[in-house]
Amino acid sequence: MKIAVPIKFVPDLVEELAIDASGASLDTSWLRLIINEFDDHAVEQAILLKERSGGQATVMAVEAEGVDDFLFTAAAKGADQLIKLTGDSAGANNHALARVYAALLKELQPDLVLTGVQAHNDLDGSIGPLLAEYLGVPFVGYVAGINASGEKVIARKEYPGGLVAETEVKFPAVLGIQAAEQPPRYVAYSKIRQVMGTTKIEERPLPELDSSGGATVSRMYQPEAAEHAAMIEGGADEAADKIIGILKELGAL
Amino acid sequence: MSQDIFVVVEHLRGQVADISYVMLAGARQLSQNSGGNVTAVLLGHNAQGLAGNLAADRVLYMDHPALAEFTSDAYLLALESLIKEQAPRAVLFGHTSIGMDVAGGLSVRGNLPLVTSCRTFGNDGKFVSQICGGKIMAEGELPSPTALVTMVPGGYKSEQGQSANAPALAMATAPALDGLRMSVKQYIEPEAGDVDISKEPILVAVGRGIQNKDNIELADELAAALGGQICASRPVVDQGWLATSRLVGKSGKRVKPKVYLALGISGAPEHVEGISDSDMIIAVNTDPNAPIFNVAKFGTTVDLLDLAPQLTEKVKQAKGG
Amino acid sequence: MEITLSPLSPSISKTFYSSLRELKDGERIRKCLQCGTCSGICPFGYYMKFPPGKIIGTLRAETFDLVMKADSVWMCVSCQACTEFCPTQIPITSVLMTRTKEELLLAGNVPAELQTALRNTQQYGNPLGESPRKRADWAAGIQPEVKILGKTRQPVDVLWFVGDYASYHPRMIPATKALARILNALGINFGILGPDENSDGDSQRLAGERGLFEMMAQKNGQAFKKFKFNEIITTDPHAFNALKNEYPALGISYPVRHYTQFLAERLEQIRPMLKNEVAAKIAYHDPCYLGRANGVYDEPRTLLTSIPGIELVEMAHQRTNSLCCGGGGGGMWLDGFQWEKAHVRLSDWRVKEAVASGADILTVACPYEPPRFEDSVKTLQPASALKVREIAELLAESMGV
Repeated sequence: MKIAVPIKFVPDLVEELAIDASGASLDTSWLRLIINEFDDHAVEQAILLKERSGGQATVMAVEAEGVDDFLFTAAAKGADQLIKLTGDSAGANNHALARVYAALLKELQPDLVLTGVQAHNDLDGSIGPLLAEYLGVPFVGYVAGINASGEKVIARKEYPGGLVAETEVKFPAVLGIQAAEQPPRYVAYSKIRQVMGTTKIEERPLPELDSSGGATVSRMYQPEAAEHAAMIEGGADEAADKIIGILKELGAL
Repeated sequence: MSQDIFVVVEHLRGQVADISYVMLAGARQLSQNSGGNVTAVLLGHNAQGLAGNLAADRVLYMDHPALAEFTSDAYLLALESLIKEQAPRAVLFGHTSIGMDVAGGLSVRGNLPLVTSCRTFGNDGKFVSQICGGKIMAEGELPSPTALVTMVPGGYKSEQGQSANAPALAMATAPALDGLRMSVKQYIEPEAGDVDISKEPILVAVGRGIQNKDNIELADELAAALGGQICASRPVVDQGWLATSRLVGKSGKRVKPKVYLALGISGAPEHVEGISDSDMIIAVNTDPNAPIFNVAKFGTTVDLLDLAPQLTEKVKQAKGG
Repeated sequence: MEITLSPLSPSISKTFYSSLRELKDGERIRKCLQCGTCSGICPFGYYMKFPPGKIIGTLRAETFDLVMKADSVWMCVSCQACTEFCPTQIPITSVLMTRTKEELLLAGNVPAELQTALRNTQQYGNPLGESPRKRADWAAGIQPEVKILGKTRQPVDVLWFVGDYASYHPRMIPATKALARILNALGINFGILGPDENSDGDSQRLAGERGLFEMMAQKNGQAFKKFKFNEIITTDPHAFNALKNEYPALGISYPVRHYTQFLAERLEQIRPMLKNEVAAKIAYHDPCYLGRANGVYDEPRTLLTSIPGIELVEMAHQRTNSLCCGGGGGGMWLDGFQWEKAHVRLSDWRVKEAVASGADILTVACPYEPPRFEDSVKTLQPASALKVREIAELLAESMGV
């Protein structure tokens, strides 16, 4: 079975984010990037499937700082093929990335494409459903568990509260991974270094990017970050009333 | 082409999801700007009963056996045909396991621009989306001619999307829904008693301030009244008052609830690490200098032993108990 | 767990055993008497399926793969008690326990909590997952300003290697600030690396991540090369241990001391400045990596007894047989795991000893300790009045800085 995992690097929220001079996008000069956590799970799930049923796992990424390390780590976990799309991807939204990955995947012809169910910087939808349509294959998202041993894939699709819908999907398919069946495994740094010496990352040039399909952002800003909780006045009775009000506003009551 | 705002109602196993009402409230605001009507789109099989309290000008109901359970394939075919026929100004989806599966595919299939994680609409009809873990807001003009939007909760109260009177229901013709590439085999409920707190939307957390095992009952009752679960910081679990599966923090679970009610928790970094993804933290601690107040949105220094029973009572009343 | 001999075991055992003998003093492992002292003195020895002595037994029986499949080595907190008391002086911690952890880590048998700390170290240069850019934020407001060498680019006498927990942990920051104020009061010309500083990597090394340790050391080595200074002092005994004993083998060698040694040397200058009384009975906890690992027992005590009003009491375990707080060797990031297994926290045990000794204050000299001991104080009713203080905090209090 051939599995492909397109991944994306996203702004690391550990650092402070800043808006650039245009006022409509993130300042990338100080931006630290990190693997989209759900894509990390997608890689783990792909390796698990490969370990169970045999086959080949390909991880692909668009060039960004830190991507090489991630690809080598994936290889150390068991990924067979690493592909990096080189070039400037500034301003590419998920429609653009999905188009680019679709072209590559049409060439690779995988049985399953696994990708993170979403990324926190998504603004024009998550990559998976877009990719599936460009490829003309079915999509199931919020998947936490895959059985791919037979003619069809059984994906465990999650709903709130832990409800799961076991969904049978025809191959080939794109699945949006919510969580791998086990947390992404740890790879000793010495192993990663070893892999760096023996594995090659295939490089392909990024084609022209087409970001149509999203919306234009006219303004980006940071909401007021409160340093301290707004303290509720009053005794138990008053405070309880106020909390009820807060919960109602939140839609929790 | 109309200026109507469509809302794709989310429902699962006979229940309308709360996000549907939030979307209807958002749609109402948008429609005031666009000048059109709010249409609730209900796809299902023998599901017309779910339309009863939707705050919409009309309901377009499409009935088909293939729509009995949600699958992205069936919804894609159904909505593609409906949108082509009706050409609304905007179609709202939930930013959920249902909405997200469909909105993206529809964007490509119908060549319709998509904007996601929308929290509110401005009075000027702009979308206001929330990204990067809530740290960044992005706004802009709603794309034309038909915009697809996924919505997250928090911007509107679900009450605003509910109506006492059932809206007018019109039948929409289902297109051919064969050749589906997926089907739901079965649903699996989470085992009762096997609670995974990392999946719970409402959590009542207890810390050392609960003082002894017997008081945990107070938190339990509050959690039950709210329809949530209890969890704890380390001192409580260490004492054996709650199972380790309820531990939140560095050595336990990371949770991402809508509401995290922290009772008697000081807010040490090892615990805070586990709750930083919460939508809203409300902290109760008699120590005004407790570090938990630096991460909570709201706080009170009222004694939790006084507050919890009062709150439980009022929650029950609010829920019509 | 069923004990079955598998035909594959001889080769794993043999390869591993010979690899140990290649390490410094590793040959001594052949002289193990199987006396059981190591397993007995190990604070978690009673719990481990394979305490140190038994691991050596499996090597001789060529059944080391059983150790690989178990996870009991993750109870080891690298406290060096075994090393200290082994009659044939086998360096058990560094040779056996660390290498065993390395093998388990390579095989992927490593608890999730620890994984996060290791991943954070790789990503951010510190196990807490904090932004490297904020590493010197703790120094805001100190006057005279703490020199961040990357900015000031002046030569200094002393490079103060602050460390991860001292830089980022909210409980430690007041202690770090106290030390900064003491150094200022003494007129020391010092600087810190700030964002150029990476984790010393020692605990990660002891937790089995040799490769990660070397990466951190390399980065720190490169940072040191950029600046001019005469010596290094550390807040953290683990950093002290790494810089003194491990970095030189990687070509990074500087004179280094723990801050207590540095200050003890200046006692005559400090003594007249200790104007405030701190009237309390204090118990001093010998940190494993200052005490057992590096033989520094007296200087901290000398500093403490010079503070007016202090009465030093010793706990039941002290100096060479001091009880580990449980933070070393990865223990700082294995709390949940170790608690699940043993339902005993080493820091609780130590805090109880402090209470039994009649102390008002438990004094420490390692950044792992204040949060660990204060946590224990929170959960142990009889300990609720016990205070935990870094030596620097007490000195600063007495100096009025």
